[in-house]
Amino acid sequence: MEVIARVHKHKKRNYKRYIPLFLMMIPGLLYLLVNNYIPMIGLFIAFKNINFQLGFFESPWAGLQNFKYLFASSNAFIITRNTLLYNAAFILINTSAAITLAILLNEITRKIIMRIYQTVILLPYLFSMVIVSYLVYALLSVDNGFIDKSVLPIFGIESVSWYSEPLYWVFILPLVKLWNQAGFLCIVYLASIVGINKEYYEAAKLDGASKWKQIQLITLPLIKPVVIIMVLFSIGKIFYSDFGLFYQIPLNSGALYPTTNVIDTYVYRGLLQLGDIGMSSAAGFYQSIVGFILVLVSNLIVKKVSPENALF
Amino acid sequence: MKDERGSRILANIVFILASAVCILPFLLMISSSFSSEKSILVSGYSFWPRQFSLDAYKYLATNAAYLGHAYGITFFVTLFGTAVGLCITLMLAYPLSRSDMPFRNKISFLVFFTMLFNGGLVPTYLLYNNIFHIKNTIIALLVPYLLMNGFNVLITRTFFMTNIPPAIIESAYIDGAGELTIFNKIILPLSLPIIATIGLFIGIGYWNDWFNGMIFINDAKIFSIQNVLNQMLQNIQFMQNNPDIGTRTTTELPQTTVKMAIAVVGALPILIIYPIFQKYFVKGIVIGAVKG
Repeated sequence: MEVIARVHKHKKRNYKRYIPLFLMMIPGLLYLLVNNYIPMIGLFIAFKNINFQLGFFESPWAGLQNFKYLFASSNAFIITRNTLLYNAAFILINTSAAITLAILLNEITRKIIMRIYQTVILLPYLFSMVIVSYLVYALLSVDNGFIDKSVLPIFGIESVSWYSEPLYWVFILPLVKLWNQAGFLCIVYLASIVGINKEYYEAAKLDGASKWKQIQLITLPLIKPVVIIMVLFSIGKIFYSDFGLFYQIPLNSGALYPTTNVIDTYVYRGLLQLGDIGMSSAAGFYQSIVGFILVLVSNLIVKKVSPENALF
Repeated sequence: MKDERGSRILANIVFILASAVCILPFLLMISSSFSSEKSILVSGYSFWPRQFSLDAYKYLATNAAYLGHAYGITFFVTLFGTAVGLCITLMLAYPLSRSDMPFRNKISFLVFFTMLFNGGLVPTYLLYNNIFHIKNTIIALLVPYLLMNGFNVLITRTFFMTNIPPAIIESAYIDGAGELTIFNKIILPLSLPIIATIGLFIGIGYWNDWFNGMIFINDAKIFSIQNVLNQMLQNIQFMQNNPDIGTRTTTELPQTTVKMAIAVVGALPILIIYPIFQKYFVKGIVIGAVKG
């Protein structure tokens, strides 16, 4: 009898039962409030002329002044261009590299060797960009770098000042990002390749299909949904960049800003190095809003392509 | 059959090359750190010490107290931050995984929305710095950005939903167990895989973080090891007779090799323990990718 009564009570939503569960959620929700929601509201300072003596709320409104300054300078164009083009390059290069690696890795039949390769190519992903910038420095330093001292002389080339010529970084940054991220993406795609039913390949082999044909006609079509989703979500994040990559790897070198400054580094420098809150909050606002729109749009597309993978 | 072997050979060649590309930069770093300053100045960083020397490490050893302190901060922040972050992540994710939980969808959306939209650096920095005044406190290394994120909460929630049959919870409840007992005695023991995975990701986040230290801390006494690395990258003389942090060095600074030795000091712990957690790391990446 008692059991039935309890079940019955439960059906009527016995809120008392859930009090401990609500209490459990409080620390996490409080953290999201502080770390995420208050800063969202704080975006309003992009429309203010911040005066620290007066405080954030009492500071006078600036209307769109901050945005006018931002977009009147050439910076807005440069940082937007750099952010978009680099991210587009990263998506294209790293996705194709990772798929290739994943397909090849799947060909390796010895489990232990496969695991060793997996472990090794994931290694670069583990380290902070500070460590990575030391590694890049060891290669590219003008005075002592391995490339300048040991590789270039072979080709009879005089030393190259990598850290003062912006053009080189258009190639260096994608290479570093590839080195850093390919292993991670490879693991993701490998998981979906491993999931493909082996019978497809058995049947294809009986029909005399070559390896290349099997990849073309079985592997690639079957991992296509995962690829599309991963790419679309990356496109959703295309307005945000890997701050460490663009700030640490070029050693924050001013000479390189034309090709290394992205929205995130611009906002950081405006806020903490130049003390130009108006400009950097305007750039941050621009990033948040456009970034949000891109997330929504890419999700909408995911929903069309494969509804079960859409975020919402 | 021939086809099969050919592709396996190709795969092995590609992966041996890829593995070399992944490992060689670390080798360059380690070998250079064991070289003499003179040999580096003459012939640059190299993959094999042309002239073996421990000078760089001897120099670092004279500042061992400070480096040990920075490591202490990193360890403390990583352990404490991971423990707290893991707790609040699990405690938020579990109620949201319960289909009978009131307001479940509304609260889940609040968590989820933080993944779509954020205020960015400026308001976050001003909030922590000008309103909470966390500048130059250990809180600055622990709280902003790293403690918990919506993504981990949602992955954990999905784990609970797919791996814990509601019947277990209901029958324990009927047997008189309270919600907290159920969580502690039944849910957590069943959730070790997700605890390991999420804990690992939070932990790596803390261990590798230099950003919070860079924006919130300029007192070198509370630098984590990553902040010391960051500082040395810009100013190699950072530890040379710095009264602020009590370093006193009588030996001459072998600049080029110390640069690599300090990077080795920063990278070594991860290189050592990586093989142990590698399995969970791979699993975690797959879980994360599947969910979004």
